[in-house]
Amino acid sequence: MEGTAEPASTRRPLGRPPLPWLKPGVVAGAAFPAASLALRAASGTLGANPIAETLNQLGLAALVLLVASLACTPARLLFGWTWPLRIRRELGLLAVAYASIHVLVYVVLDQAANLAAIAEDVAERPFITAGAAAFVLLLPLAYTSTNASVRRLGFARWQRLHRLAYAAAALAALHFLWRVKVDVTQPLLYAAILAALLAVRIIVRRSRRQGNTRAGEG
Amino acid sequence: MGTAPRDQVTPEGVYLHRRELLKNGLYAAGTALAVGSGMTWLVGKAPPPDAPELPALAGYQAAAAPYTVAEALTSYHDVTTYNNFYEFGVDKEDPARNAHTLRTKPWPIQIDGEVAKPQAVDAETLAGWFTVEERIYRMRCVEAWSMVIPWLGFPLRDLIARVEPTAKAKYVEFTSLADPEQMPGVRHRVLPWPYVEGLRMDEAQHPLSLIAVGLYGKVLPNQSGAPLRLVVPWKYGFKGAKSIVRIRFTEAQPKTTWAVVAPSEYGFYANVNPAVSHPRWSQATERRIGELGRRPTLPFNGYGEVADLYKGIDPRTLY
Repeated sequence: MEGTAEPASTRRPLGRPPLPWLKPGVVAGAAFPAASLALRAASGTLGANPIAETLNQLGLAALVLLVASLACTPARLLFGWTWPLRIRRELGLLAVAYASIHVLVYVVLDQAANLAAIAEDVAERPFITAGAAAFVLLLPLAYTSTNASVRRLGFARWQRLHRLAYAAAALAALHFLWRVKVDVTQPLLYAAILAALLAVRIIVRRSRRQGNTRAGEG
Repeated sequence: MGTAPRDQVTPEGVYLHRRELLKNGLYAAGTALAVGSGMTWLVGKAPPPDAPELPALAGYQAAAAPYTVAEALTSYHDVTTYNNFYEFGVDKEDPARNAHTLRTKPWPIQIDGEVAKPQAVDAETLAGWFTVEERIYRMRCVEAWSMVIPWLGFPLRDLIARVEPTAKAKYVEFTSLADPEQMPGVRHRVLPWPYVEGLRMDEAQHPLSLIAVGLYGKVLPNQSGAPLRLVVPWKYGFKGAKSIVRIRFTEAQPKTTWAVVAPSEYGFYANVNPAVSHPRWSQATERRIGELGRRPTLPFNGYGEVADLYKGIDPRTLY
């Protein structure tokens, strides 16, 4: 139990609360849908089409978490909050985890690992093409999510790479939109949130650049 | 007042640390609960609804060849809690949750158009004209899932013979009820209401075409299209108009709802055809509800005897 009796000030060198409960709380909370799916699958209460239900819930959870991870920076820009940045990596990795189980359920349970049928789906059904592209884009981001990767790539390059998260989220929203038959309210809602988050970043950056230019002139 | 022995007193640092741990634990639990509730609200779904309890229908003929299939029946629960009936919501459990507001008595049905005996008749009276029989049919949804359902009903051809269509009648059009008061889904314009389906006259007169008034030996549940619905087993399920209020005989091909909304995805014929994929999924295989794997989809859903109806028509247009 090293350092347990340290005064708070030495453990919080920046005088900012480290919120040690935030990450475990968010990770445990984000696991609820997966836990609930597992329990309902075990008790046979997922309804008449359990595979479709599982795919829908896992996919939506991945999209929700991906959008949440992309909301962290806009939250800082808009409200000056820094705590969301502490959980951004976890949100992104949780999104990739849900997306991975989603893909696994599709490949193994839905398609019984019939590679020909899966290849045909990816090639010929636009909604599956979009979903597959979103998933593929997420993989390098998950792989380079560590601090070591940031150092290795250099922050600027790492940041540029991780802007792919927006492309992945947009493709995921498209995957959702093209999947539903007529009631497009939900997919459009997620697409609108994504567009708003991107707009916040662009507008704030532009206004800052203008502010800097003006300050330079003065 | 006694004093605790020295070695039982918690050192101040450990005490503070425990308090910190407890506080962090509580905060973590609270965060988990908040995030978990939010995620569940966004992603999760209520447990599936219960199957309806309905009175038995007396005096019907039991299913016999060729109107039965030697395949396991889909459970009554699954048949009555998982289907599309957008008038009650777009989720497949919505009909079972919401259809209790439908009032099926009285139920006037208008029969008109190119017909010698146009009339308005109550569903119960109409059903009383015919002998009700059981038919065990495969039901293949255009969304690539399927069921085996023991319907109760009478052949559509018997009804057609009784009302005497004129020589001009080339099609039969079926219109479903669209009452926003009884049907919450109709309050949203997800489809142009009312729902319209149709058959070519020879399709409607095929012995397989059925008007169903029940299933599983019982009265037809509201969510399944009470009091009266169409069942055409060699076509995708959406052809089976539910809760029918109008049967019209026409010279022109009816403007059927899905073919109007998305003509590239749903045709007028909508015959089950594994060779023509839906643009968004393959129709080559299907998931039988209650089974985990997929099974191959059969041409005409296994009802090859209807192939004669489509001689000379490009099979690629038969979707």
